[in-house]
Amino acid sequence: MSDSSATTRRQTPLVDVQNVHVTFAAQSVLRGVTLTVPRGQTLAIIGESGCGKTVLLKTIIGLVNPTSGLVRFDGYNLAELNDRELTRQRVRFGYVFQNAALFDSLTVGQNVAFPLRQHASESASRVRELVFARLAEVGLPESVVSKKPAELSGGMRKRVGLARALIMNPELMLYDEPTTGLDPIMSDVINELMLRTRNQHNVTSIIVTHDMRTAHKVADRVVMIYPVSRLGRNEAQLIFDGTPDELETCGDRRVLQFIHGEAGERLTEMQQAFSDRDL
Amino acid sequence: MSTGTASPMERSPRRGIAASAHDLVTDWGMVVIDAIEAIGDLGLFCMRTLSWMVTRLPRRETLLPNFYQVGVMSLPVVALTGTFIGMVLAVQSYGQFRQLGLETRLGAVINMSLVRELGPVLAATMLAGRVGSAMAAELGTMRVTEQIDALSSMGANPIHYLVVPRFLACLFLIPTLTIMADFMGVVGGYFFTVEVLGIDKHHYWHNSEQFVGVFDLLSGIFKSFFFGAAIAMISCYRGFHCQPGAEGVGRAATAAFVYSFVLILMLDLFLGVMINAVYDTLWPEGVSLI
Repeated sequence: MSDSSATTRRQTPLVDVQNVHVTFAAQSVLRGVTLTVPRGQTLAIIGESGCGKTVLLKTIIGLVNPTSGLVRFDGYNLAELNDRELTRQRVRFGYVFQNAALFDSLTVGQNVAFPLRQHASESASRVRELVFARLAEVGLPESVVSKKPAELSGGMRKRVGLARALIMNPELMLYDEPTTGLDPIMSDVINELMLRTRNQHNVTSIIVTHDMRTAHKVADRVVMIYPVSRLGRNEAQLIFDGTPDELETCGDRRVLQFIHGEAGERLTEMQQAFSDRDL
Repeated sequence: MSTGTASPMERSPRRGIAASAHDLVTDWGMVVIDAIEAIGDLGLFCMRTLSWMVTRLPRRETLLPNFYQVGVMSLPVVALTGTFIGMVLAVQSYGQFRQLGLETRLGAVINMSLVRELGPVLAATMLAGRVGSAMAAELGTMRVTEQIDALSSMGANPIHYLVVPRFLACLFLIPTLTIMADFMGVVGGYFFTVEVLGIDKHHYWHNSEQFVGVFDLLSGIFKSFFFGAAIAMISCYRGFHCQPGAEGVGRAATAAFVYSFVLILMLDLFLGVMINAVYDTLWPEGVSLI
């Protein structure tokens, strides 16, 4: 790659989502979402359950193909890549799943080493060394390597998932609800680990969360997605885009309702929907 | 109704029938379209599996556990059911053959039925029940818990990593299970006919030798390759397309067995017709049992 093309590539955003629509059967989940993520930024995507946050994350890594629109990662349109090229690009991602998604049949050590064994030709001793280093980085002792995921607590599983996602030194980390289901202390441990990962590895991060502590502590920028079913015909699905501090001063009632965790009219709406159905 | 205005339903009963017929056609149309879509989707799934199989073979550490599960762990149950089916054949055939005075021909009937039909079908049925359902449930759980997405996100192709080893294990180990079912069925049939019913041992084996040839044995083994491939493909496909939740996983496991079993019997019919045609071409005179 020449110097000029390398410079141009560095200037382009790492993730570029343009007018993306995703529809499952008759249900529209994402409607005209446009979002760019510059290199080195930590973006939090917030929004209520079922609004399409995880689908957006999976669209960015190419696990879900957009019904229409364009998703580019470092200039590559993932939907157009063949299997070999897609594999090469996916090695540049690290994905931490909501429930860790560790392979039940493998031990912790084998789980963390999995990407290395798939893509690198490191010796067994080097793989072992790297696995121990990553586990130490997320605060897990060497003794866990021989355990099966079922033997670990929720927090430990999340940390193993993080160690596995980091083992290939990714350029983009995707976190899907990293603190959901954890106690406040373990949630803060995960927040600290995300911060440390960003600082040590200089990675770009996208965090899907509805934990406002995580958004405030870790993110440089926050976007909020609103469910398509609650939007008017011409309303945009991204209803907020700014810094975490700007959330409080935002004039949008829907954003304030979410960040303050107020039920508002929702309970009445739900009861009305039930009574309409019974009739 | 006392007023002169009739309700729409009373006014036009024919329109109601037309609407029902329309609904019926629409519903059946949807069923047919869904079925065609599912067959097309399964076809693509098979093509992708075959394409990955010729592109890159799976690693030893992913192949061996599948070979162990399919081959070694299925042997006892296949051997046990094979033994019993041999004995059951002896029990059911003995009465009729005795009335005709052909008891010594039991060996030919039992062994021919076993190596041509019952051995391969029984081994395949046991494999579909023991391994096929387990494969669908395991892959279904992996789908539901995002483990298949995790594989993709790490740049590993799920078909190459999960389906190809299972397919190879079923394809290459079902012949050995078939041979085991044949062997144990022959032993079970011999034991019951000779040791329990008291038929002469020499005539039993002599008649078996006369009527059952290598072609019969090989035709059963040949069929088993198709059964193994069908079980692996259907079970993996059902697992990959599992619906969310425990109910979805349960349905995938049940559907894997039911569809595999139906396909085994359909394949058995078509392959049986084909093999008979080949046999008639090679030996037009045939061999008479009486």
